[in-house]
Amino acid sequence: MTERLDGPQAPLEDDTSGGSASGPDETPRKQRLIGPSPTVALVFLLPAAVLLGIWVVYPIVYSIFRSLFDAAGSGFVGLGNYMTIFTDPSMLTTIRNNLIWVVVAPIIVTTLGLIFAVLTERIKWATAFKLIVFMPMAVSLMAAGVIFRLVYDEDPDKGVANAVLTTIHDTFSSSQGYPEARPREGDQSAVAADKGAVVTKQPVQVGQPVLIPIVGIKPQIMPSDAQPAKAAPPGNDLSGTVWFDFTAGGGGKNGAVDASEKGLPGMTVEAVKDGTVAGTATTADDGTFRFDGLPAGSYVVRLPQSNFQAAYHGLTWLGPTLITPAIIGAFIWVWAGFAMVLIAAGLAAIPRDSLEAARIDGATEWQVFRRITVPLLSPVLLVVFVTMIINTLKVFDLVFIIAPPSVQPQSNVVALEMWRVSFGGGNNQGLGSALAIFLLILVLPFMIMNIRRFRREDT
Amino acid sequence: MTTATAAAPAEVHAGAPRRTVITRIVDRLGGGAVQVALVLLGLFWLVPTLGLMVVSLRSVKVNSAEGWWTIFTKPAELTIENYRNLLASGFTSSFWNTVFITVPTTILVIGIAAMAAYAFAWMDFPGRDLGFLIVVGLLIVPIQIALIPVASFYGGVGIFGTIPGVVLFHVAFGLPFAIFLLRNFFVGIPASLLEAARMDGASEVKIFVRVVFPLGKPAIASLGIFQFLWVWNDMLIALVFANPENQPMTKALQSQMRQFGSNVDILSSGAFLSLIIPLVLFFAFQRYFVQGMMAGSVK
Repeated sequence: MTERLDGPQAPLEDDTSGGSASGPDETPRKQRLIGPSPTVALVFLLPAAVLLGIWVVYPIVYSIFRSLFDAAGSGFVGLGNYMTIFTDPSMLTTIRNNLIWVVVAPIIVTTLGLIFAVLTERIKWATAFKLIVFMPMAVSLMAAGVIFRLVYDEDPDKGVANAVLTTIHDTFSSSQGYPEARPREGDQSAVAADKGAVVTKQPVQVGQPVLIPIVGIKPQIMPSDAQPAKAAPPGNDLSGTVWFDFTAGGGGKNGAVDASEKGLPGMTVEAVKDGTVAGTATTADDGTFRFDGLPAGSYVVRLPQSNFQAAYHGLTWLGPTLITPAIIGAFIWVWAGFAMVLIAAGLAAIPRDSLEAARIDGATEWQVFRRITVPLLSPVLLVVFVTMIINTLKVFDLVFIIAPPSVQPQSNVVALEMWRVSFGGGNNQGLGSALAIFLLILVLPFMIMNIRRFRREDT
Repeated sequence: MTTATAAAPAEVHAGAPRRTVITRIVDRLGGGAVQVALVLLGLFWLVPTLGLMVVSLRSVKVNSAEGWWTIFTKPAELTIENYRNLLASGFTSSFWNTVFITVPTTILVIGIAAMAAYAFAWMDFPGRDLGFLIVVGLLIVPIQIALIPVASFYGGVGIFGTIPGVVLFHVAFGLPFAIFLLRNFFVGIPASLLEAARMDGASEVKIFVRVVFPLGKPAIASLGIFQFLWVWNDMLIALVFANPENQPMTKALQSQMRQFGSNVDILSSGAFLSLIIPLVLFFAFQRYFVQGMMAGSVK
């Protein structure tokens, strides 16, 4: 904490001026001392000037010219390449995606950074939290891409995003789905299909076990924890068995629970009286169910339609619809720490007495936050926000790595398209140059903003 | 720049708890709720990386059968098999390529930028202010602008695909930020010190090496760590300018992405190996890293 970039003069003077012979008559910073000749300055500047000239400045000029020529570089096309950018349907998708990025990501990152900075102000383990959130800044976007390809894996048994979603979903609704399953129907059978549900044809009496034979279950849907089906023992409750009435390799009696046949766990069973649901039960691993404490009488037993819908497997994160939001999620994961640390530093620099004064004047805490804290933070918030806009305009690696090849057209952004058309198989360096210039024009306002702000602050 | 001048101690550390408006709001919301929320958010940030680590330490077969979180109930499944396969597949050479690209770039950027920054800060020459404004302007030039021109230029001089070509590109695009950062630090060096040295007849080179460089150490450390991580983690420049025998880890891994499913073993272990060194550096020098980020947040 001793070395600070924010105010280097003070500590450096403390370290050195004591032993210096020059005494108290300091030269003001703006007044230049007897310096070396401009030739010496040129020598010191030369390596940087050459590198910046050849690798940065000359390419800007070259790209402007190159963007006016066709793929081969021999035919002059004027603004044709720029026309392509704004008319080609896939290019328009690309620009639309960039627009989504610029509108959504900087706001979320800045807001999240503000929330994190505020929340951690008083927490004892704030350092640990900040280190964890800040850590992705050190990781390559390539590695972050691999990390999120794993997170977004569609299989809830592999991807943690869908694992969390399915867990939450299953906590609130029945876990097992048996799509395409249907009752074994026929004269012998006691049950029939009814508007997607399965119901007993006749009302059943309490104490009389119900048999609900089900067929049409694909082997891969059969839950691994299914046990051999058992007929429910007769008792004083309404009970029964839902099972897969199919004996592999043939044999077995239709509508009867045979030795090798399995119960269907996780089925929701309803007891219906006069059109209203009087009780709900769920089948056990052996397919048996039991309604506890149902009043005596006769009920229709129903397996509601929800049992026959496919089980919830989360979202297709890496599909064409969700791919851009998914990648923005990864971007937020990478950059929230940056926003948090910058805003936290700004928060620490707010003078306490102006807050106290407002509070003494009777302002509520929320008013103090809205009217004083946020306005005082606004320069920092602006820096974070603008940095994020520039970053979203340039976003490349995350899209390139996270989007699978088949959905890259739907997730494309300008920086990636520039690489694709020039080097990634497109081989059209005229269009590539136009895209590069387009990108430069997009960041140009911020470049001017930086220069202006620097001139204002440095004089 | 705003933050660089306005910000108090640039630290990830929270420092001593302070009573502010906001902390009072937090108190009213209930410290407990905030703690729980932060634990959940912390998990949100930690879990993805943890997942990569566990996946990289489990066999292909286990990974395709079950989620990495089952590790908490079956810790015996950990294996370094993936890493052994990765090293056998020639990944070591791309690791060394990353090193051979990153280390020279970092040294060159520091040296060249420090010279220019010293000139901008303490020498008088015509066009100095304009020159520095150009540097500020170049801070956010997108790399894409130079890919095509430099590729054709490299083709002409015969360094396309080589490590020096990649290094020079990195150096050039690292310079604006580096000059900006160091110049702003160097102007803070007390004039009396330089004046005394010049009165004593010390050459500019000697002043640069003996006075400016040692006094600039904190800023140079920030720049060094920042530059190192930036080059180490780059993929785009490598993608265009490094041919397969000179490719760094990021490009080597990228070439495996097409068959993500069947290459999870190589990709997870390779990605984890590539982020270990940045992570160690980050934890060791996070103070400098944060300082560099603050000072350069216009980028």
